[in-house]
Amino acid sequence: MSAPAPSVYSSDAQRQIARLGLEKGRANLEVFAETVQALAEQDRDVLAVTSDSRGSGKLKPFGQALPRQIVEVGIAEQNLVGVAAGLASTGKKVFAVSPGCFLTARSLEQIKNDVCYSDVPVNVVGISAGVSYGALGSTHHSLHDFAALRAITNITILAPGDNRETQAAVRWAASHAKPVYLRFGKAAMYDLGESSVPADPRQAMVLRDGTDVALIGTGEATIHCLLAAALLEEEGVEARVLSVPCVKPLDIDAIMGAARVCRAVVVAEEHSIHGGLGEACATVLLTAGVTPAFRIVAIPDEDTYTGSQAEIFSHYGISMEGIVAEARDALAAQGATL
Amino acid sequence: MTGSQLSNHDLQVKSLEYRRDILRCIYGAGAGHTGGSLSCVDILNVLYNRVLNVGPANWDDPNRDRYVQSKGHSVEALYVVLADQGFFPAEQLSTLCHGGSPFVGHPTRKVPGIEMNTGALGHGLPISVGMALAAKLDHAPYRVFTLLGDGELAEGSNWEGAMCAAHYELENLTAIIDCNTLQITGRTREVCSNEPLDEKFAAFGWKVIEVDGHSIEALSQALISRASGQPTCVIAHTIKGRGISFMEHVVSWHHGVPSEAEYGQALEELEAQLCELKGVAT
Repeated sequence: MSAPAPSVYSSDAQRQIARLGLEKGRANLEVFAETVQALAEQDRDVLAVTSDSRGSGKLKPFGQALPRQIVEVGIAEQNLVGVAAGLASTGKKVFAVSPGCFLTARSLEQIKNDVCYSDVPVNVVGISAGVSYGALGSTHHSLHDFAALRAITNITILAPGDNRETQAAVRWAASHAKPVYLRFGKAAMYDLGESSVPADPRQAMVLRDGTDVALIGTGEATIHCLLAAALLEEEGVEARVLSVPCVKPLDIDAIMGAARVCRAVVVAEEHSIHGGLGEACATVLLTAGVTPAFRIVAIPDEDTYTGSQAEIFSHYGISMEGIVAEARDALAAQGATL
Repeated sequence: MTGSQLSNHDLQVKSLEYRRDILRCIYGAGAGHTGGSLSCVDILNVLYNRVLNVGPANWDDPNRDRYVQSKGHSVEALYVVLADQGFFPAEQLSTLCHGGSPFVGHPTRKVPGIEMNTGALGHGLPISVGMALAAKLDHAPYRVFTLLGDGELAEGSNWEGAMCAAHYELENLTAIIDCNTLQITGRTREVCSNEPLDEKFAAFGWKVIEVDGHSIEALSQALISRASGQPTCVIAHTIKGRGISFMEHVVSWHHGVPSEAEYGQALEELEAQLCELKGVAT
């Protein structure tokens, strides 16, 4: 019998999950597929375009229920995005679905020109993003997508943190007449415990109030910020937790608000340390002259460690423990006593 | 727009006038893609004056025909033809590539009549596949045309699109190859041969038609026709720099800009051709 798959949640983290009463949901990817199918059932102009990716995109039920509304182009990501742009230019509401690693690298020029520059409302959906594919290696990781897309004008970048954020993001994207990038992982996600999720995912959400340190997360890293805050609370540190499902445009007021009341800021993301949410926040804060102790918890600029998503997260400290350690270090740098 | 009663002779006159206007634009801007604009302008002439059901009057009609210029660098030809169609006043072309002008050096939707922004090669065919697929899904009557350069066919995305178009049996899609056999480095055959083009497209499942890309009548027949159950590829054999003696077949005119003397000579040559054409007709 093989050993159980490693978890990104240590026993201590699981204790905090229980203490906070967080419910385990499904993979954001599954919720995306279910939501887009529900939208497509109501609107025959909603189309999914796939590159031999309906299985990994959890879109097989969509294809079976609505065969006219799924367009298969085979393993051809450049064509995927070009076809999606052509369809969208005629008024179709298109979700172009492919692994984030290929979609935002091989077909980056199609995203830049055919979608963003031509201004057609394609929803570019990067599935199994970040290091979701784990030990399959760097060919299958998308740790560059925020950076690449942030430098392209006319696209909203969304990385929902839980199932409810995912559902809101997909519904918003379907009705938004501009290009959108949606990034989903395939790990089952805990509910972030928000009382309500705004219909507009560009709005960041304060998951927990606090004035010592701000923990800012996006996508599948956000839950670890929440758990870190719970652990810090036991040590007498009050952490504010901000869920930022929208990497661009950034909710500047929310970032500034958190940084102004806290002595330290830690940003966590499943991305390269270069060009992601962390650097986006740093730019906003420095430009405004707000200079708390600042740390980014992300994947360093190196040949990525081999392992499952959980093992990679643990290795690089994208975890409750890793974020707590950075928070302590940042607060210590500010002369605060823990 | 289709429905016009312009004769072949009328269109031949237009082709010479378009060539004159292309050179005026490029000379005024001090920039442009001269050789390719002159090679493809007869194709655009036939498309807009005889084939496409599109014009300023029906631009918002979802059932208008679509044209996507994949070889975006030959934008001067497209701008000149769109001005003649009444999409915008021709005088505006004097701002080509000037600071703040909507007339960018590659097709942009800032300019009325442009469907999609192009210029990076290998993009127009997949986009056109998407448009044609949308028509097929909705049983809409419109057709989709795209213009590619022969050198452009080295971009692999074209072949992804070609495969997809045949898979979906897009009989409402026509890809036209402006086969002028030259690209910026030299002969396409020598840079990276893509011959035999006809066999390649046929093998990908397309109906292939080869025509003289400067013959109004041959282009008309090829572009009006449509295949059954498969997309059409029209290989238009053209001459880069067509119509100006010292530009024809000369690779440096890919994006060469005429000097004052060269511009004067080119206009004289076109005027002489125009006189000859009108003389023949009278």
